[in-house]
Amino acid sequence: MHKEATIREPLVLGHKTFHEVTEDVCKPIEGKAPKTWYILFAIAAIIGVYGVGCILYLLGTGIGTWGLNKTINWAWDITNFVWWVGIGHAGTLISAVLLLFRQKWRMAINRSAEAMTIFAVFMAGLFPLIHMGRIWVAYWVMPLPNQFGSLWPNFNSPLLWDVFAISTYLSVSLVFWYIGLIPDFATIRDRAKKPVAKKIYGMLSFGWSGRAKQWSRFEMVSLILAGLATPLVFSVHSIVSFDFATSVIPGWHTTIFPPYFVAGAVFSGFAMVQTLMLVMRKAYNLEAYIHTKHIEYMNIVIMSTGSIVGIAYITELFISWYSGVEYEAYAFINRATGPYWWAYWAMMTCNVVSPQLMWFKKLRTSLTFTFLIAIVVNIGMWFERFVIIGTTLHRDYLPSSWSMFYPTHIDIGIFVGTIGLFFVFFLLFTRYFPVLALNEVKTILKSSGQSYKDGDAKTPAFSIEEQHLADVKMKPSQGGADENLKNDNN
Amino acid sequence: MGSNVVFYAMYNDDDVLKDGAKKLVAKGVKVTDVFSPFPIHGLDPIIGLKETRLGIMAFIYGLTGLALALIGMRYIMITDWPMNIGGKPNFSFLENMLAFVPITFELTVLFAAHAMAITYFLVNKTIPGMVAENPDPRTTDDRFVMELRLSDNSKFSEKELEDMLMETGIVELDQKHIK
Repeated sequence: MHKEATIREPLVLGHKTFHEVTEDVCKPIEGKAPKTWYILFAIAAIIGVYGVGCILYLLGTGIGTWGLNKTINWAWDITNFVWWVGIGHAGTLISAVLLLFRQKWRMAINRSAEAMTIFAVFMAGLFPLIHMGRIWVAYWVMPLPNQFGSLWPNFNSPLLWDVFAISTYLSVSLVFWYIGLIPDFATIRDRAKKPVAKKIYGMLSFGWSGRAKQWSRFEMVSLILAGLATPLVFSVHSIVSFDFATSVIPGWHTTIFPPYFVAGAVFSGFAMVQTLMLVMRKAYNLEAYIHTKHIEYMNIVIMSTGSIVGIAYITELFISWYSGVEYEAYAFINRATGPYWWAYWAMMTCNVVSPQLMWFKKLRTSLTFTFLIAIVVNIGMWFERFVIIGTTLHRDYLPSSWSMFYPTHIDIGIFVGTIGLFFVFFLLFTRYFPVLALNEVKTILKSSGQSYKDGDAKTPAFSIEEQHLADVKMKPSQGGADENLKNDNN
Repeated sequence: MGSNVVFYAMYNDDDVLKDGAKKLVAKGVKVTDVFSPFPIHGLDPIIGLKETRLGIMAFIYGLTGLALALIGMRYIMITDWPMNIGGKPNFSFLENMLAFVPITFELTVLFAAHAMAITYFLVNKTIPGMVAENPDPRTTDDRFVMELRLSDNSKFSEKELEDMLMETGIVELDQKHIK
């Protein structure tokens, strides 16, 4: 069994027992929701319903209700799409990439981060769909045999790659998330007192019994899904960046886009995780599981991906000058000094300057500061996408076609509406689903819990030392148990 | 011997159960199953569980997705209707392959992940509507149950099994007679 060094901070604070972990996570689901939950839910629902109304109006009337014109044919819609997809990336990164790296701090946050991913990708997927204008023919993007002279979709087009990438990403994340949820639903099912709740959680838990073989398969499936989701998460945002990078628009036509987009996605995703987690841990009394160390780890991820994004911005600028292509150079000069200079500098301040403050330990361990920076980064990343899309398009090769983008109230309504819908989903999730992978957390209780760290473990029947010696003796060797012990350095 | 006895030995710690299982297996007892709230690492080889072959299945499913993507796109873009995009018609599969890489990858992952998940649900018998079989509701909380069957351990008597279990640090012992 993997043992963690004692000098590392415990991942679970307080001397929790297995049962206490169950209690702490299941309590909010079993009890009554606090009044604030209803207030927040009502606000989110009203905004969400308004957004749906705007979408319905858009579908009934047409894309003309957006502020688009013939020069700026992509604006807030695709900005919002890329923003939401980017936010989605953190969940998979936490649950898949950190699983492969055996980062145990992920266990406290992976469940809710993945829920966030799924809901964010829902919101993202909405934008290309409604951008089609005629949503009822959306199935044309699928390669279905048809009567139009067998008209197939174009498999050379990055827009079609995107269809496959986003739908694969969404469905695989959903499956990954649900497989992890099943044992936790079983826990709630076995605790439920009300017959309706027992029935519903019984259905949701698929009759999970927790047999040794089931667990062995569970671990294998999680590992393989993590292995599959890791390249997937990198491919998705790379493909999103291909939507721009394979075009011949100055400012988009750059090879740095895929890595730069992926780093930006992780950056914005973690910022959103921080925003949600800081509120959730407080509201659900999960401070023992998601504590300052977790926040600090996430801040370090924000800082490093933020630095990658910063380097990418500067590289882009340098290459636009170094390439000697005047259109390319103009695109960037226009971003920084043109009519949208404020968007560019908002992006620069929020994404390049603010994460650098995380170098100070005092700041990155301050929860208030983290919350503030997380919001700033979320705003900054939205501006990044707007700068890339709107600011690049608004001045093309023909000065007579130059124009500006002014969002209509439908543009604003749909964007704000998706935020409302996102929170509707997330609030429902926190109310009815186990927000923490409680059974996974139990596995690290002994190796990373405070009891073990303090050296006064009360749960294990024999000490860690004895356990270690027993493990060493078990290992196969020619010399037998004594020989094993002699070769052991610990 | 019309009825068969099943022992459900309950522990409150995973390491105690593992240790107990080790001792029992050393004496020649066969442990039928273990119910636990979380995976107990290192238990599978002790109670003689083979490693799952789901990984191999996932690989085969992935290959299926890969083949389907390549065959499908070759048919659609090269054979059936060689689309002319920007004056560059699609006549050669090899020269167009590069543009097919992203979707080929996505379909490989799609097939591997979903087919493996479906296989996992089927072999695990975790399908919506299934009834859970854990002997005690506490096994999904903080209790660990080891299941022994008399029929699997015909060389021991009921009493002998019970005595051996008692020595392994159990907190509760339950016996059931099944047909």
